[in-house]
Amino acid sequence: MNKLNTLFSDKKKLLSIYFTAGFPELNSTAKILNELDNAGVDMIEIGIPFSDPLADGPVIQDSSERAIANGMNVSFLFEQLKNVNTKAPLILMGYFNSVMQFGVEKFCKQSKSVGVSGLIIPDLPIEVYLKEYKHVFQKYDLKNIFLISPQTSNERIKLIDKHSDAFIYAVSSSSTTGTKNGVNADKEKYFSRIKKMNLKNPVMIGFGISEKQSFNKACNYASGAIIGTAFIQSLKTKTHVTEFIKTIR
Amino acid sequence: MNYSVNKEGYYGSFGGAYIPEMLYPNIEEIKNNYQKIISSQKFKNEYNALLANYAGRPTPLYFAKRLSEKYKTNIYLKREDLLHTGAHKINNTLGQILIAKHLGKKRIIAETGAGQHGVATATVCALMGLQCIVYMGEVDIERQAPNVARMKMLGAKVVSTTSGSKTLKDATNEAIRDWINNATDTYYIIGSVVGPHPYPDLVAKLQSVISKEIKLQLRTKPNYVIACVGGGSNAAGAFYHFMNDKNVKLIAVEAAGKGIKSGHSAATMVLGKPGIIHGSKTMLMQNSDGQITEPYSISAGLDYPGVGPIHAHLFDTDRAKFVSITDAEALKAAYQLAKLEGIIPALESAHALAYLGKLKAKKNETVVVNLSGRGDKDLSTYIKHLPI
Repeated sequence: MNKLNTLFSDKKKLLSIYFTAGFPELNSTAKILNELDNAGVDMIEIGIPFSDPLADGPVIQDSSERAIANGMNVSFLFEQLKNVNTKAPLILMGYFNSVMQFGVEKFCKQSKSVGVSGLIIPDLPIEVYLKEYKHVFQKYDLKNIFLISPQTSNERIKLIDKHSDAFIYAVSSSSTTGTKNGVNADKEKYFSRIKKMNLKNPVMIGFGISEKQSFNKACNYASGAIIGTAFIQSLKTKTHVTEFIKTIR
Repeated sequence: MNYSVNKEGYYGSFGGAYIPEMLYPNIEEIKNNYQKIISSQKFKNEYNALLANYAGRPTPLYFAKRLSEKYKTNIYLKREDLLHTGAHKINNTLGQILIAKHLGKKRIIAETGAGQHGVATATVCALMGLQCIVYMGEVDIERQAPNVARMKMLGAKVVSTTSGSKTLKDATNEAIRDWINNATDTYYIIGSVVGPHPYPDLVAKLQSVISKEIKLQLRTKPNYVIACVGGGSNAAGAFYHFMNDKNVKLIAVEAAGKGIKSGHSAATMVLGKPGIIHGSKTMLMQNSDGQITEPYSISAGLDYPGVGPIHAHLFDTDRAKFVSITDAEALKAAYQLAKLEGIIPALESAHALAYLGKLKAKKNETVVVNLSGRGDKDLSTYIKHLPI
């Protein structure tokens, strides 16, 4: 059974944390994963650093650049993950070129073998996924997580819902990561539109969720929320992982 | 063989739209409308009038007598350098600004490397009274100061890109990020046949006026058409109406920089392999982890680590021959054209000219070189390397 399916049947107000593999130090990946797991985080997204991260704002760009300079790459990340065993499901998030160059099948196979539950590849459109890669993802029981934004039509949301089998990642506003923080009336209007659609998949809200207030607000409309940029900022200031999580819930 | 884009946005196995979901509506809006818009009589009338009266089309197809004598063949230069703003880039920006207006967009963004596309975008925004924001790498801003000044004088805001390698690819990333953050009111005028579908097709169609004119101007069929390739918009335009005629040999000239094996090169077809850049699957210079490598060329318009997917397909199917020319060879060709024909070419176009020495065309053959831009912007480089 994929950990992601049990996660959503059990709990509400799920907290998911994103961080970039290989940041701040090449070997901090396992340590951060264990600390997040011990702090009771419900799901962890591990970012694969890429030289040209189109959907990311300055903070994650900077963490990616530093991780690459530290020597992080896909095969080394899989090596690191071999020795990690978390209660929280793990999701790998990366750009398609990294996956493509590693080899899509090999990537899926290794993801499965180190216990990864799902993948988020923001620049792999659903049409290409369905046509070329769905069978590979399924072969290794990897859930593909799709993004939606306030501009995504209801029709397309329904299409994404139909082909999702874990959760849908609702980007809180049309933005790159960490650029439009907080939850305002516009965002709440969009969240409640999604909620009213009664999708078969649970929804997690991300982008612009940075602290307790925005986390709680997002949780009113979804199964939980995802914090990335703010967590990476806290790693920069050497705030202890547990301390950061305590400020959220 | 089919060289047109298919319904899914691919040229063979290259192209497509590998974009984050946040951009899907923006791209769909253009995809669903561009063909209808550019084939409408209203668009054609407006576009053709602007090309003729504002940009200066048709551009001459000039028989370069002394250059022809030198290489013992018949060489024609397609004079895109005579266009307003100094290069072929205006063919594209005039077309796209009309599309932006048609779609009711108020805010225009663009990326630029050498600044030619930035200037061409700032120009059409001034012409149409639309807000213009140009993303340009910090490194390029320093080395292309006159074009930065031109954009500012034309009323554009030039935003310095400090991410990544601070050049064209990063400026393009920033423009795409801007578009994600300003999804509804903004139109992105991309400067080459790159980016997600439908941009490569749209830009190729707007630049195709180059080969349309060559066909009309040249009484005989050319044996060769030569053009330089960075992203590849001038080459796409110069090749467009000859692609299906196998008797016309297409030669695309990439920048070898300091030499293919020097580690300072932009010869994507030689050094790259298939990958994804700026939403397109194409040939791409990258390391074994898939991190995109920073290209180098003396010419800021050619140092792009990818290439338009149409060119990846022309390369893959052997329809076009891809060759590369070093900085030194390009400089030599520029000085030669100045002395023999009284024309100072852009450094980009000088790469195409430099291949004439290697082509070995026959006496009765006809060669067309697309002179994509003029050399004013490169004067400081030319002065620095002047062979006196």
